[in-house]
Amino acid sequence: SYLISFSFQQRIEIHKLRQGDNLILGFSIGGGIDQDPTQNPFSEDKTDKGIYVTRVTAGGPAEVAGLQIGDKIMQVNGWDMTMVTHDQARKRLTKRNEEVVRLLVTRQSLQKAVQQSMMS
Amino acid sequence: MSAAMDTESTYSGYSHYSGHSKKAHRQGRDRHKSPRSKDGSRSEKSVTIQTPPAEPLLGNDASRAEEGQDDNWGETTTAITGTSEHSISQEDIARISKDLEDSVGLDCKRYLGLTVAAVLGLLVFLTPIAFILLPQILWRDDLEPCGTVCEGVFISVAFKLLILLIGTWALFFRQPKADLPRVFVFRALLLVLIFLFVFSYWLFYGVRILDSKDTNYQGIVQYAVSLVDALLFIHYLAIVLLELRQLQPVFTVKVVRSTDGESRYYSLGHLSIQRAALVVLENYYRDFTVYNPALLTASKSRAAKHMAGLKVYNVDGPGNNALGQSRAMIAAAARRRDSSHNELYYEEADHERRVRKRRARLVVAVEEAFTHIKRLQAEEQQKAPGEMMDPREAAQAIFPSMARALQKYLRTTRQQQYHSMESILQHLSFCITNNMTPKAFLERYLNPGPTLQYDRDRWFSKQWTLVSEEAVTSGLQDGVVFVLKCLDFSLVVNVKKIPFIKLSEEFIDPKSHKFVLRLQSETSV
Repeated sequence: SYLISFSFQQRIEIHKLRQGDNLILGFSIGGGIDQDPTQNPFSEDKTDKGIYVTRVTAGGPAEVAGLQIGDKIMQVNGWDMTMVTHDQARKRLTKRNEEVVRLLVTRQSLQKAVQQSMMS
Repeated sequence: MSAAMDTESTYSGYSHYSGHSKKAHRQGRDRHKSPRSKDGSRSEKSVTIQTPPAEPLLGNDASRAEEGQDDNWGETTTAITGTSEHSISQEDIARISKDLEDSVGLDCKRYLGLTVAAVLGLLVFLTPIAFILLPQILWRDDLEPCGTVCEGVFISVAFKLLILLIGTWALFFRQPKADLPRVFVFRALLLVLIFLFVFSYWLFYGVRILDSKDTNYQGIVQYAVSLVDALLFIHYLAIVLLELRQLQPVFTVKVVRSTDGESRYYSLGHLSIQRAALVVLENYYRDFTVYNPALLTASKSRAAKHMAGLKVYNVDGPGNNALGQSRAMIAAAARRRDSSHNELYYEEADHERRVRKRRARLVVAVEEAFTHIKRLQAEEQQKAPGEMMDPREAAQAIFPSMARALQKYLRTTRQQQYHSMESILQHLSFCITNNMTPKAFLERYLNPGPTLQYDRDRWFSKQWTLVSEEAVTSGLQDGVVFVLKCLDFSLVVNVKKIPFIKLSEEFIDPKSHKFVLRLQSETSV
């Protein structure tokens, strides 16, 4: 049997929420070129040093926009996120003068569904 | 029972030791005559071992339990030894007579070898002296006078002969510590080499010097010196072949005792099988715990119970299908759901607990007994002359308070036949003399020690047989197996070669030890 993994890309637009003095997006990121890729639970390839979504707060702007836990962020507002450090990624997401961020994310899904449909 | 009665029974027990033990000895002997392995003939390679029936062992235990009150240190159980003291059966007579003729044969061979070697050695030693003296004796007047060089050579001959003498004494003049079945190949080769060598020298001497009455005395003396030099080199060869070659370890040898599976490993060099057997036996007496037949009765009774449980009936008519029968028995025994493993587990746990309890009592009793004794210093010795005791009396004074606990412990661990009351008293007085603590006194009794610790005459096997598929003078090889048999058990020896080790080096620069942090941070945005 073959293992086919589908990963498709999605564009997600998140409107930041103002909380006091801060603009929050409602999710947490992990990863980066200065981090240890083997400890990333969401990546398929354990040498992948990209930025991954590790948590999504319930009801927050990210969840509303359709971001899911485990998504890999490829671009933020046109800026590449596959070869950045953790701190650079954080900075690109939390620019004070931006109220909307447009993310290009990639998500692995449908693996189990495909396998099951192939076996039956 | 009061302590007074205890002391009384201890002392009186020793006095009627012989009468009591003879009765039990005879009882036990009749029941235990069979488990000795019948190793009657040396030429056969098979040994027949008869297992005793299960019931009499249990009966013997019961009879021993009821006489347990008696502090009797004598042999109330049977000990299976090599020499029989009271009864001699037909097979014993046959065996003893064969032993006699074997021992006579071997002694003759050994003494013959020794005398040949001694005669040869003497001849060899006297040869250079003869070479030098014979011309002086026979044709003194014709000889050229001996100059200073020649006389210097006399001194060197004398010293070289002295060195040769000391070296030969150190190397060869030793008490033979064992009687081996075959000759030492290297020794025989060396003797032959020496003989040929000296013979050829004599031949040359006889033809060229004696017959022609050579007048060049210096040449003759040089010839004698060359003989002594060559003998020294042969001595060097002997050291290398006989002593040095087997020092480097090449083989690892595993020795397993057949009765209880106790095993040890030894490292050996290039040795012949008989010499390796000798090394194994010397180490056996030091490393292995003493062979205790009383510990094997439990497994034998279990084995008897296994096979006794099934009976085979032949319903298909006559026809001796023995193989089919035994196969059926084994299959049925495997299928049968017996609980003997359960019994074994509980029995062993029980025994362990009992041993530990008795051991605790023993340790406490001995510690208490030792507190009653105090060593007198020199100045105190003059002050209280009345109560002074020597170690033996002191031992006898404190012995009764620990006797019962010690006896019970020895009975539980089945070691009672190894220690008589006399030996215990001796050991106690030895420990008192040397200021040993109670624990040091007890280390001899708490665990069975190596065979060397016990009475040599009773527990050492007199005769060992080497059973081997290859010639016993051939060298050890990888995979050789040989068996050392004595009357009660055998030692199976398995030889393995130490593998060739390939060692390579790797250089690590001390500056190359560098580290990096492995992070995994999570930031919420």
